[in-house]
Amino acid sequence: MENGVKTALGRRYRFSASHRLHSEKLSEAENWRVYGKCNNPCGHGHNYVVEISVSGDVDPATGMIANLADLDGFVEKQVLEPFDHKSLNEDVDVFRERVPTTENLCIEIFSRLKSFPGAKIQRVRIEETGNNSFEYAGENSEDTQP
Amino acid sequence: MKMVLLTRKIEFSASHVYHNPAFSAEENRRVFGKCNNPNGHGHNYTLEVTVAGEPDPTTGMVLDLKELKAILEREVMQRMDHRFLNKEVPELAGKIPTCENIARVIWDLLEPKITEGRLHRVRLYETPDLFAECYRDAAAASNGAGG
Repeated sequence: MENGVKTALGRRYRFSASHRLHSEKLSEAENWRVYGKCNNPCGHGHNYVVEISVSGDVDPATGMIANLADLDGFVEKQVLEPFDHKSLNEDVDVFRERVPTTENLCIEIFSRLKSFPGAKIQRVRIEETGNNSFEYAGENSEDTQP
Repeated sequence: MKMVLLTRKIEFSASHVYHNPAFSAEENRRVFGKCNNPNGHGHNYTLEVTVAGEPDPTTGMVLDLKELKAILEREVMQRMDHRFLNKEVPELAGKIPTCENIARVIWDLLEPKITEGRLHRVRLYETPDLFAECYRDAAAASNGAGG
């Protein structure tokens, strides 16, 4: 940060996956009432767009907050490989216990990325469809949007 | 206070090359990859400029969009559109013209020119999947700290 002005870098990634919204804590009827067609027992899928924002000082030698190849490689390994063309409920351990809403997906992806060594993971924003998007910027943060 | 954000979008096309003369040729290739091609390459940049302010009770405007358009034309389009950023934009001389650095140069050019409302955010897309943005840090602004 220089003179109180913060710079962040945003990068968009894509993966496709299926999910089913269903809570073991709710009855069949309640599940249907809460989740509607997203409760279909066979599941359904989306093309997710994941926008990652990283912030930090711009290195004068490279002009970069984070090396893009490093960030791409990290996201590939932590998120795209385990999630792309998978069933979130069945193939991603955390969603065996937790409903794979896009809210929970934001929290999970943030947690998988926060150890990125190159810069601070500022925010995860996911578009589930072109009309729905969700953001998470970590615990105790309401500052999701500058 | 009824703060409203207003965003204007413009597009410009420019070329650039990433090269640090302090690095060896091998190091430049390793760090910058294909962006190190000595003859440069180009992008269609999309710039979103967001201004924050209270609408004027008489005009209902935060600032006159025509005025913002003229500022963007003068400060950004005339300086950067259809230019080789490394060679033709003095504000970027000696800097690697990454998205981060270009966004910051644009922030510094625009902030003093926007006198109705205040500059809230500059977001520069190099491609639809890569952008950098600058904004005033809320924490730093509230305690007066810079740095």
